[in-house]
This record gives sequence, C-alpha cells and structure tokens, in this order.
Amino acid sequence: MFKIVGREEMADGTVILNEIEAPLIARKAKPGQFVILKATEEGERIPLTMAMTDPDKGTITIIYMVVGKTTALFRDLKVGEAYQDVIGPLGKPTHIEKFGNVVCVGGGTGIAVLHPITRGLKEAGNHVKAIIGARTKDLLILEDYMKAASHELFVCTDDGSYGHHGFVTDVLKELLDKGDIALVVAIGPVPMMKFVSKITEEYGVRTLVSLNPIMVDGTGMCGCCRVSVGGKTRFACVDGPEFDGHQVDYDELMKRLQSYVEQEKECYEDYCQLHDSESLLFSNVEK
Amino acid sequence: MAQKASKKKKIPRQPMPEQKPEIRRRNFDEVPLGYTPELAREEAARCLQCRNPGCVKGCPVSVDIPGFIHLILEGDFSGAAHNLWTKNALPAVCGRVCPQELQCEGNCILAKKGEPVAIGNLERFAADWEREHGTGTLPARAKPTGKKVAVVGSGPSGLTVAGDLIAKGHEVTVLEAFHKPGGVLVYGIPEFRLPKDIVAQEIHTLEKQGVEVICNAVVGRSVTVDELFEQGYDAVYVGVGAGLPRFLNIPGENLIGVLSANEYLTRTNLMKGYLFPKYDTPVPKGKDVVVLGAGNVAMDSARTAMRLGADRVRIVYRRSREEMPARAAEIHHAEEEGIEFFLLTNPTRYLGDEKGHLTGMECLRMELGEPDESGRRRPVPIEGSEFELQCDLAIVAVGSGANPLLTETTTGLELNKWGYILAQPETGKTTRRGVWAGGDIVTGAATVILAMGAGRKAADSIHEYLTWGW
Repeated sequence: MFKIVGREEMADGTVILNEIEAPLIARKAKPGQFVILKATEEGERIPLTMAMTDPDKGTITIIYMVVGKTTALFRDLKVGEAYQDVIGPLGKPTHIEKFGNVVCVGGGTGIAVLHPITRGLKEAGNHVKAIIGARTKDLLILEDYMKAASHELFVCTDDGSYGHHGFVTDVLKELLDKGDIALVVAIGPVPMMKFVSKITEEYGVRTLVSLNPIMVDGTGMCGCCRVSVGGKTRFACVDGPEFDGHQVDYDELMKRLQSYVEQEKECYEDYCQLHDSESLLFSNVEK
Repeated sequence: MAQKASKKKKIPRQPMPEQKPEIRRRNFDEVPLGYTPELAREEAARCLQCRNPGCVKGCPVSVDIPGFIHLILEGDFSGAAHNLWTKNALPAVCGRVCPQELQCEGNCILAKKGEPVAIGNLERFAADWEREHGTGTLPARAKPTGKKVAVVGSGPSGLTVAGDLIAKGHEVTVLEAFHKPGGVLVYGIPEFRLPKDIVAQEIHTLEKQGVEVICNAVVGRSVTVDELFEQGYDAVYVGVGAGLPRFLNIPGENLIGVLSANEYLTRTNLMKGYLFPKYDTPVPKGKDVVVLGAGNVAMDSARTAMRLGADRVRIVYRRSREEMPARAAEIHHAEEEGIEFFLLTNPTRYLGDEKGHLTGMECLRMELGEPDESGRRRPVPIEGSEFELQCDLAIVAVGSGANPLLTETTTGLELNKWGYILAQPETGKTTRRGVWAGGDIVTGAATVILAMGAGRKAADSIHEYLTWGW
C-alpha cells in the first residue's frame, strides 16, 4: 500500500495533487519518468508522470485532472488512505544537458509533468523561458513553481481570464521570432503538442514532447501504448514517453486515446450515480 | 505378470468430465471438471508401473510418475500430492497446462498400442485433492543456510527456483513487476483453463514455506541486478519471460481493434476485464474476431473472444493444420467451441474506417513449399489470391521477443542476436558470476513446464554455488 501524505485541490474537484509515500521510487525517479497507479483491487492501472519527487522524505507527487472513473477514485482518496499499487519509475528519463536557450511549453496538467524537466534544464545551465496555459484562470496550476523553475514565465488563458488572452502558441511564435532557441519542450493536451510541433518545425527548432497513450503494464509487454514516430511503431512506455515532436503521428495518437471511450463513459456514469446517491443519502441523514 | 498387464490394458482411459461446449463457450469457468476419487483410482489402475518408466524420462522435472500414481491407486491421495511436490512446486498448474502428449504421456508404454495413462489428469487430481482436503502439511525444509537469493519474475520458472531453494534452506525473495504474482499463469493463461485461485494458492503455499514475494518491483527500473547484490543477495535468478509482443509489421496495425495477445489476455485475465464494469479495466468485445497465429496463446485468445460474446471467431494461420504449434487438447477444445480455422492464409494489411477502427483485413492464400530452417514446410503465397476478410477485432498472437528492460541495465550478461540471455543449458549459469537465467528469456517463448525444467536445473546449480562456490 502507498499512503497519501499530502493532498491539494488545485482546481476545485477537477485538478488534484497527491503526495504519496513511495520511498524506493522517490529515490530512483528522474525528470520525465512516470509511475503506474491503481487505487483498488478492482481498479484500472493508469500512467501518470511524476510532478515532483522528494528522495529524503520518500515521497512522489502526482497531479491529475479528473476525467473518468479511475481519476475520480483517485480524487476521493483522503490523506492517510492509500493507493493499492504504485509501480515505477518507468520510461526513459528526459535527456538533460546544456543546450543554450530553451523554451518549455505546458498546457493543463501537462504543466505538472513539465515542471521537473524545466527545473532540470535550468539547473543544467540553460536559459529557460516557460510558457504555461490553461482554459481559464481557475484551472491554471503551478504558476509559482514554474516561475521558480525558469528564468522567465509567460502565462496564457484561452478565455483571457488571466495573463495573455490566447493560446500558448501565440507567445511561442513571438519567442521563436526573436531567434536563437536551441530546444522547445512541449507537454500538454495532444492538440497543443501537435500545434507547437507544427510551428517549431517551420522554424526548424528541435522539439521534445511527452506522450500519454493508454497503457496497461508500462514495461513493454503489451504494446497498448504504441505510437507512430517517424513512420515506425514505438512503445511509449519503454521507448518514451518523450519523442521528437516533429516525428509523432498525433492524429493516430488522438484516435487511439478514444479506443475505450464508450466503456469509460459507462464506468464513470455508474460511479457518478453511485456517488450522487450516496451524498444524497448522507445529506438526508444530516437533515 | 504378463496376464496382469494385458488385463490392465483392457481398462479404457477414463475421460475427464467437462463442461459441455455449447455452455462453456459463453462462461469463464474451468472447462475440465476434474476426476472423482473413483475415476482417479480407476485410471491409476491402468498404469503398468514400468520398471524403467518412459514417462519420467519425458518429464522436464522428472516427476516420480509411477510412484504418485501408485499412491492414488492405494487411495493415499495426500501422499500422492506430497510425492509430486518433491519434484514439482506447481502440480495443480502442470496437471492443467503441460503438453503431456509430447512428454510423459507421449512416452507411456500404453500409448504404443492405444491410449496412454492420463498422467496429467491424475496429477491435477492429486494436487486438487490435497488443496481441498489436505491437512496443510508443508514440504520439508532444510536447516537455514543464511544465504539469500533474489528471483526476478514470478512465473513458472521463478516459482520453481523459489520452491526448490527454500526447501534447501536458503532465503528467497521473488520480485514481480505486476501487482500480482504468477507471471504468465496469471496474466496469460485464461481462467477457464487455469483458475487464478489455484495459482494464488500454489504461491501461497510457497509463502507459507518462507518465500517472500514483492510485487510492483520492475527489475531494470525500480531496482537493478547490481543493486540486488549490493542489498546482500548472494545469487540472482532471472526468469522474466519473453515479454515483448511481436506484431506483423503490416500497414494498419495501429488501428483501434488490433491488439497483441499479451494486451488482450492481460486485460481479460490479470485485470479481470471479463468482469467489466465490476472491474474497471475494459476489454474490447469483438463481434467478428480474427486471431492471428495458431499456438496455445492464439487458442486462449480465440476461446476468450468467444466467451466475451463474439458471433464468430476465426484463427488465421499461414501454415496448415499439421504445423499448428498449439497443444492438441487446446485445438480440440477450440473447435468444439465453434472456433473456425482459416489455414494457409496470410494477412497483408489491416483495413479501417475514417475514425481509425478496424473493419477488416486483406489476406493472401498460401501453399506449402519446401521445408524451412524450422523443419516445417514453408508457406508460399499463391499469386493473385488476395481476398478481404471482415473483422472488428484482431488479436495478434504470433509470438514474443525478448523484453530488454532488465538486460539493458545489467552489465556482464551476454545476449544472443535476438536479445535472449546466454545461459548454460545444464545449469542456467549466465556469463555473469552469481547470475542464473531460465525460461522464455533464455529459450524464447516456450511452455510452462520447460521453464520449470530450466528453473529446476538452475536451482540445483545455485544450491551448489551457495554451498561450494561458482
């Protein structure tokens, strides 16, 4: 069992942070690596890239958006309760060295994944500019952390409720126009990574993306997470999760992410109904 | 004596009671129901108790077959189980999944003129009886040696090593990458062929003997072999299985609805996808299912698809019936359950719709040519024989390669050109001192019992090393 020692709702009920006791993983994990988590005996295994690790304290931190039953189950775990299984660290760590000027682009909960990489790149002597974005101000996470992890931070919201009104790609373009950028790291929703890669390709700037396909074992055994990169099939769990953004077939990835959309909906609706009827029951009791 | 023998031959082989095909094809309960004590003793009476038994020579772990069968005949079922345990840590598993027709039963003297003794069925009977009625007495354990062994992988070879070495007095820790131990016995072989409770209980027996099992430990990522030695282990056994699914590498293979058998079976068995939505992991339910390949894994996949509600399930295989690598019993069971065989057929590409869902496959008809390096006649495409085959789910069961997770992070382990670990066949010793390997990561995908045989040899060699040195 892997106990939750810290919990925070970064956006009310939708973006959740869990700090989990996992000393062996915390000691080994490097930026860019992920864990697979399973909350209960009947639960599903899902991959999440670690946002932070504390080897001294023996904890890892994950940040996720509640999108289905599994993440709703995670959300409902309280401090002191535990995940039944946490496996990791998995995947290849980010290759970090001194590249020069680097831009780190993060969207949604992708910012959580981007954070340790940004910090690592800054520590390696790069000049790091970061651009983070969210649909709206309430969903924006880790602004302070990203400010500390970079030299310069730009914030965007789709609805203009905070920072630049528009997409992260607008700011990215401005930075690319000024020139001399050695590397762009983009982590977020698939469409964001797709458009960032499209723009950087025009400028000929190397781009790294971190992919989040559906996985089962996370050790290269099942091939569920296969993605087409440069026309070749690669397994995101062992060959990735990071790949050359200019080589990834994003459209295929988006389709494959929909593989179980029907079943996921069914599962989530059942869970929500159960949840609602339970809270109804308790509210009646309170009355 | 001669008269007695000829009389024995006249008792027919006792068939195993089974669930009827039309019922079992839609449920996940075990297909063979097991012998009653009466049937078991009747069958045991057929054994000639050969002085120089061929069956034992045919068994990769040299089970004392006439010995345990004699105990069944005498009604000492518990004794029979304990006799089995001296050579085999997992008799309830082996009685169910070994290819007996190629091993013990294939070498039975009765097989020459008729039906061999049903050794597998009897092994299963004794192990099941002990599990259900036994007193829980454990196999004897030698005095503690103070030596520690790490076993990487909790599949059949790893469990055999663990069982053998714990009995010899060593401390044993088994490391498993998944959240449940058992390896292929748990994620691969379906419930209807090997109930997971039985696997859990066989592992529990090992734990009661003192074996420590640690799950969620991915050796190569969570911990390396070097670190295991630093932690004070005296020897490491690598039995991680093959674990890298092969695909056909033809166009369209990443369409939704094309899955490796590993994924399909893991979702169904380990994650219990067949109980969705009680369990959260979904498994695709095809109506028109094609399984590519004709080994045991292909049969397991096809029979699983039928149980998940398919209207039609077809095995597509590029060679002919004679070359099908599956165990005879599995092919027979699959056919009884209505699985169709499309032989001498080779897919050339997958077809899909605009949403990326699989809709069918383009195939070529084949004919058999000259024998290839495997000794089997090589399938050759018939020109102009392209045709389309409709399907909404395709399971790729054409074998596995070597998973590099452990080998990439371990120095001093020599590999062959396919990435399998080089190990001495008689001892399992690798090129690195203190490290042994066996099972599919050495041989490539094979059977449960061959992996157990490799585990047995390695355990003997590890014991010798811990006693006398490398």
